[in-house]
Amino acid sequence: MTDVTNGEYDAFLEALAEGEGYYLTCENDHGLLPPRRACPHCGDRDLTERDLPQSGEIVTHTTVFVPTPQFEDDAPYVTAVVDFDGVRLTGIVRGIEQADVAIGDRVTATVESNETDSEQTIVFRPAE
Amino acid sequence: MSQVRLAGTGMTSFGSHPDRTGRDMFAEAGLAALEDAGVPAADVDELFYGNFVGTLSEEQGHQGPLMAEALGTTAPSRRIESACASSGLAVRDAVRAIRSGEADVVVAGGMERMTNMGTAGATKGLAGAADDLYEVRSGVTFPGAYALMARAYFDEYGGTHEDLAHIAVKNHDNALVNDHAHLQQEITVEDALEAPEIASPFTLYDSCPISDGASALVLASPEYADEHDLEASVAITGAGHGGDTMALHDRQSLSKTPATREAAEEAYDDADIEPSDVAIAEVHDCFTIAEVLALEALGLYSYGEAIGAARRGETRRDGDLPVNLSGGLKAKGHPVGATGAAQVAAIATLLDGTHPRADAVSDDATIGVAQNAGGTVASATVHVLEVMD
Repeated sequence: MTDVTNGEYDAFLEALAEGEGYYLTCENDHGLLPPRRACPHCGDRDLTERDLPQSGEIVTHTTVFVPTPQFEDDAPYVTAVVDFDGVRLTGIVRGIEQADVAIGDRVTATVESNETDSEQTIVFRPAE
Repeated sequence: MSQVRLAGTGMTSFGSHPDRTGRDMFAEAGLAALEDAGVPAADVDELFYGNFVGTLSEEQGHQGPLMAEALGTTAPSRRIESACASSGLAVRDAVRAIRSGEADVVVAGGMERMTNMGTAGATKGLAGAADDLYEVRSGVTFPGAYALMARAYFDEYGGTHEDLAHIAVKNHDNALVNDHAHLQQEITVEDALEAPEIASPFTLYDSCPISDGASALVLASPEYADEHDLEASVAITGAGHGGDTMALHDRQSLSKTPATREAAEEAYDDADIEPSDVAIAEVHDCFTIAEVLALEALGLYSYGEAIGAARRGETRRDGDLPVNLSGGLKAKGHPVGATGAAQVAAIATLLDGTHPRADAVSDDATIGVAQNAGGTVASATVHVLEVMD
């Protein structure tokens, strides 16, 4: 999978890795990740970039014990959905004891290699 | 809208059949449905065939004509892929074909072959029902996605893993007399709670098994049914289909499934019924929490109320609203592309008295619903079935 590029999504991951995360928003303030040409919620095509807030809040999480093959060596790992005040991201939580991860925890988003095949993955770490 | 008669049903046993080809399984189900209907293959106008991962598991594309051939016809066909809702969509489109007047007899069904892929291969194949960029690359598995919804539900409404365990116990119990079921095994709440973890809060018994199998329905126009004197006492009187974003994080709520709500409202309106008219339901319990989400989106419970339904006994077979009398996906099994049509077959046979759990259906029950969902309910279909006078 690592030799496959996914255009604007990979560009988004690169920016996030460099601490310059962004997201897209439509005229009705629906927050979206690239690549998008239209907002799925309202159809608006006039999408603009905004800076991703420095930290967000975990809205739900799970510890995955049975992974897909591309995360075989990572399991068990925690996957979470995090709300960045306008846009939500899905990623892996690191730096918090798995049993201690809780809804409401504040985290930052970055990009790190997964342990299975070095694929770039969104990673959440505890906010300072 | 006009009724579409359900003239025949057929299914293979659901289970582990790694050595059986897909075409053989669909032939068994489809030919049984034609025989049950008393309709010759030559009268079939079209085939609507649901399948999810056939291009991965058998490296076989273009399965529509292949499956028509297996039934002894070269009638026009198509393969419909909508993840776990593939054959719910096949039924939906088959109903449309008959109502449009363009077809008199159609076969709608589906097949999935998964156990030959192994657990890792099947887990990867199933993950294809989630958004590859936004979710799968972030480590989301299919059980993991529903686990995210379960935890969000608990946070919003309350509920515990033990509540979910009661759903697993109920559905396993229902499957005990169903010889087509993948798992005919009684379990206890303790078994479910102590089973190996899959994706917290889920253990093994919150998850449906990986199954092989096929299902098929023969649907006919009222005119054809009358002219050919078919025994078709049950009709599909309502159909609905709803959609949502693929990725969970793009939804307003992680504890509701609006695609099912949309499909249900359309189907109830179509059949001119209210949720309170529904006597039995087969819902898409790929994971225990999915039964809860479905019952609420179907309007059979208020939001936040269905979590305790199995524990309180209301959805057990001696309760007021028996749910998943077939055993559901949880115990009957979930050969993905076959599931939606199998649910419709279950409701039909429960209503006409030929299902092994039909004794749990009260004599005055005339209306049942089948809800089928794709992915984390980015697709949903609802069908209303009624006993005709």
